[in-house]
Amino acid sequence: MKIPIIYNLRSLRQRPVSTVTTALGMALVVAVFIAMMALSNGFSAALRSTGSTENVLLIRQGANQEMNSGISRDAARVVSGMPFVETGADGLPMVSPETYVVVPLPRAEGRGMANVVARGVGLTAFDVRKDIEITDGRAFRSGAREVVVGKTFTERFDNSDIGDTVRFATEDWVIVGHFSAGGSSFESEIWGENEQFMPVFRGQIFQSVTFRMRDPAAFDGIKEMLEGDSRLNVDAFRELEFYANQSTLLSQVLSFIAVFISTIMAVGAVFGAVNTMYAAVASRAPEIGVLLTLGFKRRNVLTSFIAEASLIALLGGAIGCLMALPINGLVTSTTNWNTFSEVAFAFRVTPSLLVTGVVFSVLMGLLGGFFPAWKAARANVVDSLRQA
Amino acid sequence: MKFARLVWANILRNKRRTALTTLSVGVAFFLFGTLRSIVTTLDAAAEVGSEARLITSSASGITFVLPEAHASRIQTFEGVRSVSWANWFGGYYTDPNDFFAQFAVETDTYLDLYPEIEITGGSKEAFVQERTAALVGVGLMEKYGWRVDQTVTLKGTIFQGDWDFTVRAVYTPTNPSFGDETMFFHYDYLYEATDGRISPGWFVLGMENPDEAAALASRIDAVFENSTAPTKTETERAWQTGFITMWGNVGFLVRAVGTAVFFAILLVAANTMMMAVRERVNEVAVMKTLGFQNGTLFGIVLAESIAITMLGGTIGLFLARMAFAGDNPVNQFFPGFMVRTETILLGLAIALVLGLVSGAVPAWQSARLSVVQAFRRVA
Amino acid sequence: MSSQPVEATAASTAASKGNVLVEITDLAKAYQRDAQRVDVFEHVTLNILRGEFLALMGPSGSGKSTLLNILAGLDRPDTGSVVVDGKDITRMSNKQLAAWRSTEIGFIFQFYNLLPVLTAYQNVELPLLLTHLSKKQRREHVMTMLEVVGLTDRAEHFPRQLSGGQQQRVGIARAIVSDPSIILGDEPTGDLDSKSANEILTLMQRLNEEFNKTILMVTHDGHAAERAHEVMHLDKGILHR
Ligand SMILES: Nc1ncnc2c1ncn2[C@@H]1O[C@H](COP(=O)(O)OP(=O)(O)OP(=O)(O)O)[C@@H](O)[C@H]1O
Ligand SMILES: [Mg+2]
Repeated sequence: MKIPIIYNLRSLRQRPVSTVTTALGMALVVAVFIAMMALSNGFSAALRSTGSTENVLLIRQGANQEMNSGISRDAARVVSGMPFVETGADGLPMVSPETYVVVPLPRAEGRGMANVVARGVGLTAFDVRKDIEITDGRAFRSGAREVVVGKTFTERFDNSDIGDTVRFATEDWVIVGHFSAGGSSFESEIWGENEQFMPVFRGQIFQSVTFRMRDPAAFDGIKEMLEGDSRLNVDAFRELEFYANQSTLLSQVLSFIAVFISTIMAVGAVFGAVNTMYAAVASRAPEIGVLLTLGFKRRNVLTSFIAEASLIALLGGAIGCLMALPINGLVTSTTNWNTFSEVAFAFRVTPSLLVTGVVFSVLMGLLGGFFPAWKAARANVVDSLRQA
Repeated sequence: MKFARLVWANILRNKRRTALTTLSVGVAFFLFGTLRSIVTTLDAAAEVGSEARLITSSASGITFVLPEAHASRIQTFEGVRSVSWANWFGGYYTDPNDFFAQFAVETDTYLDLYPEIEITGGSKEAFVQERTAALVGVGLMEKYGWRVDQTVTLKGTIFQGDWDFTVRAVYTPTNPSFGDETMFFHYDYLYEATDGRISPGWFVLGMENPDEAAALASRIDAVFENSTAPTKTETERAWQTGFITMWGNVGFLVRAVGTAVFFAILLVAANTMMMAVRERVNEVAVMKTLGFQNGTLFGIVLAESIAITMLGGTIGLFLARMAFAGDNPVNQFFPGFMVRTETILLGLAIALVLGLVSGAVPAWQSARLSVVQAFRRVA
Repeated sequence: MSSQPVEATAASTAASKGNVLVEITDLAKAYQRDAQRVDVFEHVTLNILRGEFLALMGPSGSGKSTLLNILAGLDRPDTGSVVVDGKDITRMSNKQLAAWRSTEIGFIFQFYNLLPVLTAYQNVELPLLLTHLSKKQRREHVMTMLEVVGLTDRAEHFPRQLSGGQQQRVGIARAIVSDPSIILGDEPTGDLDSKSANEILTLMQRLNEEFNKTILMVTHDGHAAERAHEVMHLDKGILHR
């Protein structure tokens, strides 16, 4: 014999203020949890979608990051000549030797300075990298002091329209185009021609070389060959993995913070739920007595009250999801400490994250409901009835 | 105050409920103390940068270096007492993800500019005299279990290969926010080992008169403006703040989460007070019959709610203080991380507001309760 | 404000007879229930003399409690006036009424209505918290009252540790501790067994005779009413004296 859930619904309706405040408290916890996870997910998604598995990225041995790396022109030329490098439609090897620097630019609305990656790429870079698309204007011309900027760049800095100039490395650069890169961290960058950047940056040296493999399945062999080549002195990575690795530290920190904050908040909310459920049990003591007299099992009473707590939690979880939903797609930025540069990315509220949020909430409800329900189930029939 | 006992009796009426509410408030303020301390620690870290020192770095950004020749030029400026320089080494001990800072510094002048570095182990002379010597923070010594006179090998990321250093001196910072996990060594060592392919990352300038910092800075930058290596000179504090702002919206994040926590706990506390007052309707009516004023009853409920939130707040804040005293994981991310007294005071003020707000509605309900209605309800 | 709660003699009782304490004139009260208007009474007029002990009877719903509430300044009449000791309480503000109640009215409830979280002592002390008496003075008054009701040994007991009759005695002590000019009882024995009820009635009689307290007591119990000097009946809005 199950106690009809309508009893619980009626009980919740009888104490609307209590029900709603408890549910809202849980909703806030869920909303914070979802928001923090969306932040962490958004960040790692941006870096995890940066690059392609078909590409290989080379940096100097032991450099760990592009910023610390240095690769000579000769080495870059050697790589271009390798047989496993894919040839483009124009018959040239699909290789982009790149310079990489971080330049300080004033943020929009005068909110201090932000470090931005200025990447000097080969002319083939737009082919080597797959998802790059000029959304506005055109690509820079070879030999000109021109740059294109990523999609999220335009949101974070003034004077980022086509025709505007950005000043860095003591030169003025004309923005001739905007590009998208499939939501990856490239969208936070400024791209110009490597040969233009090289002299004004760090001299005759590249920081990385990225090329398309003819056969992506042969990566392990290629890696071994390149890393063993004494003319090169490089470490080889799949491009996608390289950028994903750059994000692990910060993603871990962000998820840790999300879990830390949510757990602490959850403890508070569970205590609130316990209070509410004890009050519910107390106010329905006579009713419990009647149910037990009628022959309902103690187990039924236990389930009934736990179900009631879960209902509150479910309501809270749903409200929390609704509260967190609007932040989906909101662009924010953070400094990636691995690269000392700012990465812009969008909060990602995914369906599975919403489900996790609701599950989290129901879990809080179960926890909060258990002891009061236990108390209700063990109620002494005579005492309960006397309270009527 | 004569009503204090009444308030206390009411608080103890439902011990479990009071305890749970107090704890959830406590938990929330533990979180508040922690989050708020991140902000204060970052602020403190920015303030560690001295106003009495200037930093001259490349106008082009942190990846750019400056020619060593700038040093002698800067030295000639009136108002500059001494010039030193440093560069970022970017190595690691055994685990590439285990980050700590290493600076190659011009040892002859650097230590004089940094009175914060107090040598508490080994000796300064031994460090200055030996080319491969290192000066290591006491925290770093402990972290890796290093001893004085031990030779440690770092792997370079910017400067390739294995680098041997001999720990000859240990420092303890005079200000905890300065951090005790930094390693200093000789710029000359790096210079020679790279066949002179390095250059200073930034210059540190001691000033005759810190009041003229701004004027001096712009005079220096003006001279180099049209050179091949333009400079940006600012006080060390401003320079540090630049790094701190790279944390971006930490302040905003903390405020957003803090606000959510505040409201979540407000709901829990307000709910408790409403339950408390609801079950006390009859008693409030009795007290009104005895001649208690509405204002008095309002105050009694409010006092109860404030007592609970203040108690919870105190517990949470002091637990946070204790949890982050001494060595803890957060300390590694933010040197000098601790819950400051200002944070505790701010937290208590917020707890007071929390108590006022969460008690306001129930207090108002009991103040405006109609005696006749109340007795009819129970009768 | 008097700080001497109990100080009266049989001699003064006689002297104050004929002295009007409460003057109720042409009192009317109606309640609005949903769309319907319930006239409880329309023309109630009543004088209560100092030192009188009156019982009020009447069928359920006749308005006894309503009359008592108005007299205590807890409810307001639609028309008419209630003058107590020369003051028209119907013209007082709620704030003034509360202050007035604390010194002039002692209320005894059917269900005792002690604060469960306070001891007997603290319950009796409660009205004195509204005075300027020192802690020591309060103690003296409370102990005197507990002695009058015979519960000195139960001072530190909580209400749940007391029998109904004992609780009601604490209720009485609380009602008289601030030396009010009139004591109102709304079925003070309504929830008690006959033995306890008798004790309570004897106590009230003693308060009237020994301490010269003016008492108006609502009751459904004819035996209880007999203890009063006079029994009044309220029925269909009319007060029979
Ligand atoms: N607040 C109110 N709202 C509406 N009607 C009320 C209200 N208070 C009293 N009444 C009505 O006024 C009438 C008188 O009520 P009152 O409580 O004074 O009766 P009573 O004589 O004390 O009855 P009992 O002997 O049952 O205590 C009743 O009909 C009651 O329903
Ligand atoms: Mg009545």
